Amino acid sequence: MTNTTGAVTGVNGNMVSVRVKGAVSMNEVAFIIVAGKHLKAEIIRVQGDTVQTQVFEMTKGIRVGDPVEFSGEMLAVELGPGLLGKIYDGLQNPLPEVAKQTGYFLEPGVYLEALTRSTKWAWTPVASAGARVERADVLGTVPEAAFVHQVMVPFTMFDTYTVKSIKPAGEYTITEEVAVLEDGAGKSFPVTMMFEWPVKRAIDCYAERLKPVEPMVTKNRIIDTFFPVAKGGTYCIPGPFGAGKTVLQQVTSRNADVDIVIIAACGERAGEVVETLKEFPELIDPRTGKSLMERTIIVCNTSSMPVAAREASVYTAVTMAEYYRQMGLDVLLLADSTSRWAQAMREMSGRLEEIPGEEAFPAYLESVIAGFYERAGIVRLRDGRTGSVTIGGTVSPAGGNFEEPVTQATLKVVGAFHGLSRERSDARKYPAIHPLESWSKYRGLMAVDSVAWAHRYLERGAEVGQMMKVVGEEGTSIDDFLWYLKSELLDAVYLQQNSFDVVDASVSPERQQAMFSRIVRVLGSSFDFKDKDAARSWFNQLRQRYLDINGIEWDTDAFRKADADIKAFIDERVTGLDKKAARIIESLE
Amino acid sequence: MKKVYSRIESIKGNVISVRATDVAYGELAQVTTRFGVSLAEVNRLSDDIVSLQVFAGGRGISTGDEVRFLGNPMRVAFGDELMGRIFTGSGEPRDKGPALHENLIPIGGPSVNPVNRIIPREMIRTGIPMIDLFNTLVKSQKLPIFSVSGEPYNELLARIAMQAEVDLIVLGGMGLKYDDYLFFKDTLEEGGSLQKTIMFVHTAADPVVECLMVPDIALAVAERFALKGLNVLVLLTDMTNFADAMKEIAITQEQVPSNRGYPGDLYSQLASRYEKAVDFADSGSITILAVTTMPGDDVTHPVPDNTGYITEGQFYLKGGRIEPFGSLSRLKQQVNGKTRADHRAIMDGMIKLFAAYRDTLEKKSMGFQMSAWDQKLLKYGDLFEKEMMDLSVNIPLEGALDKGWEILAACFEPQETGLQTKLIDQFWPKKV
Ligand SMILES: Nc1ncnc2c1ncn2[C@@H]1O[C@H](COP(=O)(O)OP(=O)(O)OP(=O)(O)O)[C@@H](O)[C@H]1O
Ligand SMILES: [Mg+2]
Repeated sequence: MTNTTGAVTGVNGNMVSVRVKGAVSMNEVAFIIVAGKHLKAEIIRVQGDTVQTQVFEMTKGIRVGDPVEFSGEMLAVELGPGLLGKIYDGLQNPLPEVAKQTGYFLEPGVYLEALTRSTKWAWTPVASAGARVERADVLGTVPEAAFVHQVMVPFTMFDTYTVKSIKPAGEYTITEEVAVLEDGAGKSFPVTMMFEWPVKRAIDCYAERLKPVEPMVTKNRIIDTFFPVAKGGTYCIPGPFGAGKTVLQQVTSRNADVDIVIIAACGERAGEVVETLKEFPELIDPRTGKSLMERTIIVCNTSSMPVAAREASVYTAVTMAEYYRQMGLDVLLLADSTSRWAQAMREMSGRLEEIPGEEAFPAYLESVIAGFYERAGIVRLRDGRTGSVTIGGTVSPAGGNFEEPVTQATLKVVGAFHGLSRERSDARKYPAIHPLESWSKYRGLMAVDSVAWAHRYLERGAEVGQMMKVVGEEGTSIDDFLWYLKSELLDAVYLQQNSFDVVDASVSPERQQAMFSRIVRVLGSSFDFKDKDAARSWFNQLRQRYLDINGIEWDTDAFRKADADIKAFIDERVTGLDKKAARIIESLE
Repeated sequence: MKKVYSRIESIKGNVISVRATDVAYGELAQVTTRFGVSLAEVNRLSDDIVSLQVFAGGRGISTGDEVRFLGNPMRVAFGDELMGRIFTGSGEPRDKGPALHENLIPIGGPSVNPVNRIIPREMIRTGIPMIDLFNTLVKSQKLPIFSVSGEPYNELLARIAMQAEVDLIVLGGMGLKYDDYLFFKDTLEEGGSLQKTIMFVHTAADPVVECLMVPDIALAVAERFALKGLNVLVLLTDMTNFADAMKEIAITQEQVPSNRGYPGDLYSQLASRYEKAVDFADSGSITILAVTTMPGDDVTHPVPDNTGYITEGQFYLKGGRIEPFGSLSRLKQQVNGKTRADHRAIMDGMIKLFAAYRDTLEKKSMGFQMSAWDQKLLKYGDLFEKEMMDLSVNIPLEGALDKGWEILAACFEPQETGLQTKLIDQFWPKKV
């Protein structure tokens, strides 16, 4: 705590005004002392000797005159081994430990250590005495879950240092000294395995930011093939309530081909986090053979938890993501929902009586959203390795209308847009990503022009579908009708995917390429049907066969048999193949 | 002893302000006017200016009226004596029983630690096929009934309450028409459920600020009973009135509205109430069934819209029936796998066919020709509406499943239903 003192002068919702004596800084953490409890707050405006704070707790019971202490530090998180597998609230309070202390309910004013102090870690020194080091240089390593956790020179040490001493291999806790560094002036700094970093500052200890090009495989066909996400890229999932944003993120959090997943449950239902919480420890991560929980961190500030901590929660999450990126790992941050975060900003802006923008969101909404997504990125570290943070955020637009400020501001900055549509979710076409409205600026598993070629069928099919609503099937030519049937097939067996089927829920890139090539063959083929009924019935049968094979495990005899059967079934009807389709198929072999 | 203030500085709508010190945010006060005594709650502090929302409203308050701070936040009495009683939105008796002042508990308490929650696991039976079979209600679920005004939503609510096997019903009425209040009272009395019911009722004629207290009071009481091991069903009707009351206060206090006049924290306010639904691992539970009327039948209206983003699905009441489309119980898959082997298949299969029926209806209305298949669908849709959707149908889940097979057999050949052969062999009604 600093020498600055203060006293409460006003309370309005979760905003508390304080008159201060002494120096304070913007975003500094303060504690309001109410009936013996210290309530954490953050300074969000300074005006003369009065500051406004947002309080991370319920403000009931606060009185004018209550004393306030100042920490001198910005809101920060602890970084070090032991973050993986943890469940935190928006301020990095470990919720299971809190539960042990306070029982069923979250009592205000209880702040526990984020990293377990008592764990002993098996330390291997990397730097040797006499070495010259700077922030983020590796001093040693400890094994954490399936990873080699690198213990680095704290990012908060901005000088160049000489390693004066370093502990030999052995078991140490995160508060024990593992090295002593000395700056140019001869001052010594003992270093432990942990340090703190202010959440609202991006971690920037890398050599350079690279362009995101390598696909981040989600094992979701419509995403990986049609609207891919790159490692180090950003994407958003806007959609009306119940359209499937959370389910889509849950599936991604299980299947994404990355090292570490950080889930930020931001202002949504507590019940949804519980599913992840209870299921992840039971599920095996095929990449590491360990439980999924061991590659996951959950930051959970659900809708009934204090709103100001919700605003902080996405920063807490992204800071931990950047920390692991600094070890050369690929990290995926999933935030559900960024609209709740934006609303938290709106609530505070209203209390500060700032001039409101559209729908009362603050004028700085766009720049704050941009600043958050900018923390994603693939970077080259100083030792040549790369690491990435990919950010995917859901957006919950009011009335399901994408024209609202949060969706619009997000669309300006992200690299891919997975727009969920009410129409598709009502029709139980999951994932309800709209294939004609969504887009991606990244390269996926397949060549761009191959995908564009297939996409053309969806467009044309939709046009014919529209037309048929007016003129009926009778008034549609068989050629047009075939476009329609082909697009429906592509939709039903490739774009749609059953998240609750063990096999279909996650489709490897290899299998996607194979199935894409099969579908391209059908799309590009000409057929000879005597009438529309015959065509429809044939396509229905084909659809059923594909749906069946989608549920059969890849690279098994059962799969090969079903695959051969389908090929024979198609061969019987085909009369020719489009040249472009032939080239795509060839490229995929 | 608390100080009494006798100079009111400002009166705006239902909000007054006085100059006072040593007052806590959220503290209660008594305002004595010539019309009587009303409670008021502190909702803003700024130096020595204390703003209070007056439960009885600002009308008729004089600047010389007396304000006495009580030194505590809003609380409600708790205990078994509450059973069978009816109170107002500020916790005063509405029936002829005594006022309760013992064992006071705070309202609007902290939320449950997410790690202490469990995955919902038990179905609540209602005897309504559109719920039990198609969108199963689950213990600890939070679910609103979306409805246009004029629909029988309170009847539906009362019926579910009567049939659900719960230990306690807590009814929170907000802006309830007096007739509806009497309807609930009479129905629960006739059904013999009044003794296991506690009502907190704000009627349309009562002051608007009292409306704001109802969900918190009802849920605080429910939570205590749940912690004592009871399975509690909380009925909240109508949450749109609650939201409108918030809107009124927000506008009085010159908050910048976000959407159609509603305050920017509408989502958080609604969520903090709905999230009280819970299943305590080794104790009781709270299930919340609410009514959200949709002005102009518009789901994108801020109240139903924000509600949909919070709750675990919704029942869509339209034309006196629960619509299969638009209705959703997001927790149904937690329970409908362990009821009866044909539950999920009948649920999916019948809805798919019903969707096909709706398409056929549309084609018919546009004058397209009806094929033999279309004729089958028309027959099916008709039976489905009469024997499944009609709210007067009252059968247990198993009966509804049997009925489902009967309807299918009356309209289709087995292979036309898209159901698995294994199930057809087991359940398809044998011709007699
Ligand atoms: N891929 C899917 N497969 C099957 N059902 C799904 C799928 N996605 C969503 N659903 C269904 O839709 C429901 C709602 O999905 P979800 O919770 O993901 O919606 P949401 O967009 O996150 O809604 P909200 O904005 O209200 O949080 C689920 O409970 C489930 O019944
Ligand atoms: Mg969701």
